[in-house]
Amino acid sequence: MTHSAGKNDSKISREYVIRNRYGIHARPAAMLVKTASKFQSDVTVEKGAVRVSGKSIMGLMTMEASCGAKVRIVAEGVDAEQALDEIALLFENKFYEE
Amino acid sequence: MDNVPPDTIAAGEQIFRGIGVSAGIVIGRAFLRTPPDDHVIERDISRADVPREIARYEAALIATRQQIRAIQKDCDPDVAAIFDAHLLFLDDGPFIKNVFTGIEGRRKNVEVVLRDVAAGFMQSLSRVQDEYLRERANDMQDVARRILHNLAGKQVTLADITEPGMIVVANDLSPSETVSINKDRVGGIVLDLGSPTAHTAIVAAKLGIPAVVGLHNISVAVHPGDELLVDGGKGLVILRPTPERRTQAMRQEESKRGIKIELERLKDLPAETADGYRITLSANIELPKDVDAVLAGGAEGVGLFRTEYFYMSSKELPAEEDQYEAYRTVAQRLAPAPVIIRTLDLGGDKFLSNLDVNWEESNPFMGWRAIRFCLAQPDLFRTQLRAILRASIVGNIKIMYPMISNLDEIVRANVILDQAKKELMEKGHPFNPHVEVGAMIEVPSAALVADMLAPYVSFFSIGTNDLIQYTLAIDRGNERVAYLYEPTHLAILRLIKNTIDIGHRHGIWTGICGGMASDPLMTPLLLGLGIDELSVSCSALPLVKDAIRRVSLSESREIAELALTSQSTVDVHDMFRELTKKIAPEILELVE
Repeated sequence: MTHSAGKNDSKISREYVIRNRYGIHARPAAMLVKTASKFQSDVTVEKGAVRVSGKSIMGLMTMEASCGAKVRIVAEGVDAEQALDEIALLFENKFYEE
Repeated sequence: MDNVPPDTIAAGEQIFRGIGVSAGIVIGRAFLRTPPDDHVIERDISRADVPREIARYEAALIATRQQIRAIQKDCDPDVAAIFDAHLLFLDDGPFIKNVFTGIEGRRKNVEVVLRDVAAGFMQSLSRVQDEYLRERANDMQDVARRILHNLAGKQVTLADITEPGMIVVANDLSPSETVSINKDRVGGIVLDLGSPTAHTAIVAAKLGIPAVVGLHNISVAVHPGDELLVDGGKGLVILRPTPERRTQAMRQEESKRGIKIELERLKDLPAETADGYRITLSANIELPKDVDAVLAGGAEGVGLFRTEYFYMSSKELPAEEDQYEAYRTVAQRLAPAPVIIRTLDLGGDKFLSNLDVNWEESNPFMGWRAIRFCLAQPDLFRTQLRAILRASIVGNIKIMYPMISNLDEIVRANVILDQAKKELMEKGHPFNPHVEVGAMIEVPSAALVADMLAPYVSFFSIGTNDLIQYTLAIDRGNERVAYLYEPTHLAILRLIKNTIDIGHRHGIWTGICGGMASDPLMTPLLLGLGIDELSVSCSALPLVKDAIRRVSLSESREIAELALTSQSTVDVHDMFRELTKKIAPEILELVE
C-alpha cells in the first residue's frame, strides 16, 4: 500500500467504494478539491482507466463517480499520508450528506 | 486572415493601410471603443506577447476572485455555496493550465483561448449522465463570462466621448452605434473590419467624417489617447505621426479646403453639362435635420430618404405620428422639390432590437429583408405608408419600394398602399391620392425584367451597392472578397443601361441612389449611360455637380460606349480617372 518515492516523498494510495447516494457530484467534488488543495502533495483520483487531479473540480465532475463506483485516491508528496487521512474522513462520512 | 505588418518609417511612426471610405484628413487622439463582453475578437499574438497575455489572464482571475468573494459575502448562506463552486472553477488547476498552454501553443489572445477552453469543459460536462452535473455547465459559463468581462476592462461606448475631434477606433461599429455618431465629437473613424458599402461608411461619408475601414488590427495596435492621422482619401492611418508628416498633411488639407470653398460656389448653379444637358442632382438623407446639408449643398430634392433610423434608434416601434412629423418636415422644407421616401429596408446588415423577430439567418442579405419583410408584416408596413401618405399633402413626396425582385412584390405592396389610403379616408386624414410610386432596382432580376415592372411604377432608382453585391456575388462586408467589388464591371454597366433604356422606352425616368452616384469619377459614365437623376451623399454634392458641369454629354456618351465594350474593369477605371484629370483636376485632388 505504501512505497517510497524519494527522500521525504512518498506515494501512497487507498481505495474506496462511493457510498453516498448521488456519487461525487458538485458538492462532494468541491469538498474533495478543497481538502486535497490544503496539502502540498499531488492528489489524483482514478476510476478504472480514468485519472483526474483531486484538486480539479472540473476533472472530478466529469469523471462521474456515481454511487457504488470504486475509486483509488493516490497521493504523492511530503504530506501524502496526512492528505489521505483527511480525504478518508470524507469518504467514510459519505461526504456528510446523509 | 493575413495580418500585414504595418510599415515602419520614421521613429515611432506606424502606417496602416485600409480602405478609405470617407475622404478628408484629420489628426486627433484615439478613442478606443471596446467590444461588448460576449463578443470575443480573435487575434494572433507574437511570442513576445505571450507573457503579457498570461499576465492579463492572471490579473483577470484575481479581479474575478475578489468580485465573487464580495458577492458571496453579501448573500444568503445557501446561495453562497454556489459561489464556492464558482471559486473552484476559477482556480481549477487543469483549467488554468489549459489556458496558459493554449496562449503559448496557439498564439491567440487570452479571450479566444479562454472561450475555447471553457467551451471544452462545458462540452465534457454536457456529456455526463447526471443531470445535476450537466447543469454545472451554466456555472462554468457564468465564471468564464465574468473573467471575459474583467479582461475587457471598463466597457467604453461612443457616448463616453467627451472631447471634440477624437478618432474612434474599433473592431467594428454596429449600425445602431453608427447612427449615434456626432460630427462635433468624432473627428475620424478607423475600423478593423468593414467595406466601402457598410453602413458606417455611408454615415461617415454623409457627415463628412474622414474614415478608413478594413485595417485588420488597428484596434489592437492603438492605445487610448494615441495620436492618429487619418487620411480617408488615401485609406491611410498613421499612428504617432512625425511633425513633418503633420505639417505636410495640414498643408494638403488646407489646399483641399480651398477647393471645397471654390466648389461651394456651384451651389446655386444648375446640374447641367458643359453642352447644356440638364439632369437632377438630389441628395440621400437619413434624418430630418439632414435637410440643412441638402440645402447647403444645392441639391434639387431628396432622391433617397432612408427610414431605418426611426426603427433602429429606439426600443419602441416608431409611431405613425412621429414618422408623419418627420416626413412632413422634410417635404415642407424642400417643397416643391421632390422627396423620395424609401420604405423600410431592414434586414441584411440592419436589424431591429424592438421587434420580436428571430433574425438569425445564415445569409441575411439574401434573406428576409426590405420589401419581403414589409409584405410579411403588413401592419408595420401600413403604419409607415399612412405616415408617408399623410405627409404627401404638403410637398412633393414619392414612395420607393426597396429590394424589388419581381412584379408580384410591387403589386402586393400597392395593395397594402391602397389599404393604407382607405384607412386614412375612413379617418378623414387628407393625402395626395396620386402620390408616385417607384421601384428600387438593386436585385439583378429586377434590372433584367425592368420591362415588366415599368408599367407599374413612375420611376426606377438603382441601388448600386446591393446591385453590385448581388450581381457579382460579393458579400460587401467580407474584406477577403472586397477587391471583387467592382462598380465598373461590364455586368453592372449592362444592367444599369438596360434599366435606363427600358425606363425611357416606357416614358419613366431612372435615377441612381447608390454609392456609385456619389463618386465624381463615375459621373461622366452615368451621364453617358443616360441617367436622369443622381442622388448622392450630401458631402459629395459639390464634387458631383462640378463633375457634371465640367463634362459634355457628347464626351460622356463616347466614353460610356468605350466602357461598354472594354474587357477590363481596370481599364475602365483608369479611363475615367484620366478623363477627370483632364476636365476637373480639382476633383482628383480632393478624392485621392
